[in-house]
Amino acid sequence: MSAPNLKIEDLRVSIEDKEIIKGLDLEINGGEIHAIMGPNGTGKSTLSAALMGHPKYEVTSGKVTFNGEDLLEMEVDERAQAGLFLAMQYPSEVSGITNADFLRSAINAKREEGDEISLMKFIRELDKKMDHLEMDNAFAHRYLNEGFSGGEKKRNEILQLMMLEPKLAILDEIDSGLDIDALKVVAKGVNEMRNPDFGCLIITHYQRLLNYITPDKVHVMMQGRIVKSGGPELAQRLEAEGYDWIKEELGIKDETVGQEA
Amino acid sequence: MSVDTSLRFDKDYVTGFSSSRQEPAWLQELRLQALELAQELPMPKPDKTKIDKWNFTEFKHEATGTPVAFNELPEDVKALIGSEEEAKNVLVIHNGTPVYFALEESVKDQGVIYTDLLTAAKEHEDLVKKYFMKAVTVDENRLPALHAALFVNGAFLYVPKNVELSAPIQAVYYQDDEAAIFNHVIVVAEDNSSVTYVENYLSTNDSTDSVANIVSEVFAGSGAKVVYGAVDNLAKGMTTYVNRRGRAEKDARIEWALGQFNDGNTVSDNTTHLIGDGSFTDTKTVTIGRGDQKQNFVAQIFNHGKHSEGYILTHGVMKDNASSIFNGITKIEHGATKSHGEQTERVLMLSEKARGDANPILLIDEDDVTAGHAASVGRIDPLQMFYLMSRGISKAEAERLIIHGFLAPVVSQMPLESVKNRLVEVIERKVR
Repeated sequence: MSAPNLKIEDLRVSIEDKEIIKGLDLEINGGEIHAIMGPNGTGKSTLSAALMGHPKYEVTSGKVTFNGEDLLEMEVDERAQAGLFLAMQYPSEVSGITNADFLRSAINAKREEGDEISLMKFIRELDKKMDHLEMDNAFAHRYLNEGFSGGEKKRNEILQLMMLEPKLAILDEIDSGLDIDALKVVAKGVNEMRNPDFGCLIITHYQRLLNYITPDKVHVMMQGRIVKSGGPELAQRLEAEGYDWIKEELGIKDETVGQEA
Repeated sequence: MSVDTSLRFDKDYVTGFSSSRQEPAWLQELRLQALELAQELPMPKPDKTKIDKWNFTEFKHEATGTPVAFNELPEDVKALIGSEEEAKNVLVIHNGTPVYFALEESVKDQGVIYTDLLTAAKEHEDLVKKYFMKAVTVDENRLPALHAALFVNGAFLYVPKNVELSAPIQAVYYQDDEAAIFNHVIVVAEDNSSVTYVENYLSTNDSTDSVANIVSEVFAGSGAKVVYGAVDNLAKGMTTYVNRRGRAEKDARIEWALGQFNDGNTVSDNTTHLIGDGSFTDTKTVTIGRGDQKQNFVAQIFNHGKHSEGYILTHGVMKDNASSIFNGITKIEHGATKSHGEQTERVLMLSEKARGDANPILLIDEDDVTAGHAASVGRIDPLQMFYLMSRGISKAEAERLIIHGFLAPVVSQMPLESVKNRLVEVIERKVR
């Protein structure tokens, strides 16, 4: 397995004709964990949804390559097959499909016909990972996300991440609605994945998750662009001082999308 | 178009048919009365579906099957009943003729009667007379009358007082002739008994215009429990009228799990009368409409008894140009205090041209009751698709998962594993 590379160049994304991402550049390599921080309404979640191919978001210009291939030309399932994963802020509930059946379908989707994962091996892996995330085994047999609490849904996203072993994962506000214990469990899951063949983009507006997952690079997003990048120390400064100093430094009055600098 | 009230089948025909089968006199008489009524009575009028041009009266009446050993049963039938060792309590009727039968000694020893209806009418005349056309009556409309006049065979299952059968009783009605299916099922569970009955309807006639006119009557005595599972899988050539009705006495319980997967036009009525205080019914139905098929489904519960409870759950998937009407009716009668009725109808539309109507109807003539309903008609949620596909699952597979999930509430209730598997296969084939 080779180290992944995600390269975003001058990306512009609209929803219902309103431009949200306004020329964004970012490159993530295997072994790197990036964090995108920023206040609400600055386009962070739009970026993650657009990269995965969400039907409501339209990429109007720019280029995204994943391991050298044009990501924007791929269907949603092809992006996943290529090794991209999005842990969603609001995962869908699907009635009538058990968590376990869903996961097995997803794993087998990546494998050749005739080379499906054996049931025993699947159950072994699933049990191991659920233990790691301190999830009750009963969740395997419940319908996909149906009636799960916010925290249970987040854990379930990380369970999928660990089972599917993507090359590059985007975690969209995985920390929102999590108490500190759950946060630690989720961080443990992500840290377990950390290796040179795995890249990760964490989207958050709190520093606290980054206390448990140390990022290599931190970016600040405002007005649909990355306005500042740095190392882990940037996140710490944001935690201590908030975003106002950046706005001041860059002469931004309103950081949300729709305002120009 | 004027409704043609003349029937191809006259008094002489029915007399001859009944005599040739050596039926008891009361049955022949009932047939002749029913024939007269069939000429006078109007067709049923299913709400929102026009059936006046549907053919329910022109068909070839009789066909024959030949009794066979287990090994000679068609593969489709074997898939439903399992191996010879597994198929312990099974009746197979082929083209109206009982062709295979098995019943465990231990079941017989408890006084359980299970046999084809014609045999029952001769050997257990009083019992059949007591129940035949008593839940569904000959004077309701033309189709039950026609059914009584011309029914060919069916099953009779009788469970005596206090007998609790754990093994399911199974029936397969298999038709590979263009003749009509006139099948009648009676399930009687006496006081405090318990039984599970599962039936499959199969036919192969895709092209010739034919008719299925099916009636099932379920009688649950005080404290009795009946689980009734059915998978209907009649081919396109059949225009179907199927009426499954139950009567639950005091504290009795009737659970229906109906997979209605006919390919031809279908009128289906599933009604339960909660007669006794504390009686209960739960009716779960799934269906898939495809092609140019038109269907009308009624799921109906009458609460007569106090503290009676009735639940309806209907899930339908509509594709191509198919059109289906789902009428859920909860009728709480005056005096049925503290009773409860609840219903849910959900329709999943897979095509722009398909039509699906869900009509929940609550009719309440008593103050001291609780009732609720929910209905929805919608398409597959694009966000669900996005979510599943974002895990690498293809569009087709994601749709398949969502549809199976949508139908799961009923599929999971099917009492027999082999029949459940068959149901999944049928769904698989129909949504492809």
